[in-house]
Amino acid sequence: MNYNWDWNVFFKSTGIGSEIYLDWFVSGLGWTIAVALVAWIVALIIGSVLGVMRTLPNKLLSGIATAYVELFRNVPLLVQLFIWYFMVPDYLPESTQVWFKQELNPATSAYISVVVCLALFTAARVCEQVRTGIQALPKGQSAAALAVGFTLPQMYRHVLLPQAFRIIIPPLTSEFLNIFKNSSVASLIGLMELLAQTKQTAEFTANMFEAFTLATLIYFVLNMSLMTFMSWVEKKVRIPGMMGGAK
Amino acid sequence: MDFSQIIPAMPGLVDGMLMTLKLLALSVVGGVALGTVLALLRLSSNPLLSGFAKAYVNYFRSIPLLLVITWFYLAVPMLLNWITGSFVSIGAFTSCLVAFMMFEAAYYCEIVRAGIQSISKGQENAAYALGMNYGQAMRLIILPQAFRKMMPLLLQQSIILFQDTSLVYAVGLMDFLNAARSKGDIVGLPHEFLIFAGAVYFVISFGASLSVKRLQKRFAV
Repeated sequence: MNYNWDWNVFFKSTGIGSEIYLDWFVSGLGWTIAVALVAWIVALIIGSVLGVMRTLPNKLLSGIATAYVELFRNVPLLVQLFIWYFMVPDYLPESTQVWFKQELNPATSAYISVVVCLALFTAARVCEQVRTGIQALPKGQSAAALAVGFTLPQMYRHVLLPQAFRIIIPPLTSEFLNIFKNSSVASLIGLMELLAQTKQTAEFTANMFEAFTLATLIYFVLNMSLMTFMSWVEKKVRIPGMMGGAK
Repeated sequence: MDFSQIIPAMPGLVDGMLMTLKLLALSVVGGVALGTVLALLRLSSNPLLSGFAKAYVNYFRSIPLLLVITWFYLAVPMLLNWITGSFVSIGAFTSCLVAFMMFEAAYYCEIVRAGIQSISKGQENAAYALGMNYGQAMRLIILPQAFRKMMPLLLQQSIILFQDTSLVYAVGLMDFLNAARSKGDIVGLPHEFLIFAGAVYFVISFGASLSVKRLQKRFAV
């Protein structure tokens, strides 16, 4: 069995216009980042709200947040993606359905589904981190805030959350990296992100070892840069004299 | 929503679930075994061995599982071909199993490493003082205690793996999710079968996490 190693394959023409295979990887990486970043921002917002809800004294609100977390954590990501992509559109109002299924570009509708799916999936994880962060603070913090006359919203905004978010940067970083890796499921509903482009290159050129090596390298570098960025953020927001690197 | 069609489809769904569970069980056993070896390498004083284990773990933790599954599906038959020189067809199941074992080993390695490090140094010293060699100390003294401590984490990781087995959809293996999807398409009720599949995954994962939590309380020293 002979395999033709050819590391120049990425600079060869794909036969479509003046594209070379490297362009496919670049556009794939672009989709991966576009999916992960937007989903991450939404997940951070929803997750923070849910995380706060879980620590509230109100039984109903914390119950809702707990149910959300259990539901989204115990159903596989792929099942959730299929629900958002294949099922939910069928239950939208008539006009929205026509818009989503016929007027939208297929890539756009797949993109919307993946972003919604990943955002809600990751929100459950972010919620748990935020809750842990709030609960890790000494009881004295909330007691002192209430004692000086803060209302509950003020207490969260000025005392609990600013501290909790700083504590949870490391676990949030790993969720941030996860959302990039999880975005690869988008390839299963036809979005041409990094993994899908890699598969396509492997099939078109038969140089699959080169294609997958490059993809691995891209994911690796992406991970490393995100990690560096997050530890920069962590240093940047650190309060001098408090939690100075400890924990 | 009409869930009545699920009952006649049961035999196919049960086959799918058995496939999922078989994949899960073998991946957990292989992954924990390989992960333990990696953890021991990682903790070894030889920089070459610990460097290898560290690189292995970092490598697999920075790429998506789906990429590993897809790659192994294409690459394992080709590699075997090179090694053995003849064409062997190994099928999606074996390639997925290898992918899961190698991928999960990186995650299990980190759990086992933390478990071993949580055992006090005195245990190891005492074992050596009694004249045990490295293998005996690990096998008889350190690992039994470490595994007891990290059991909840290992189980939690295995629950995540149970959910992740659904990714074999990418290479067309007939696991539970894929069986539910194809049955649903055949009878024209894809939504009902999808919801049913989701519900089954939920009940199993949720039930398992509850039991792990209970176990954790009982194991707590």
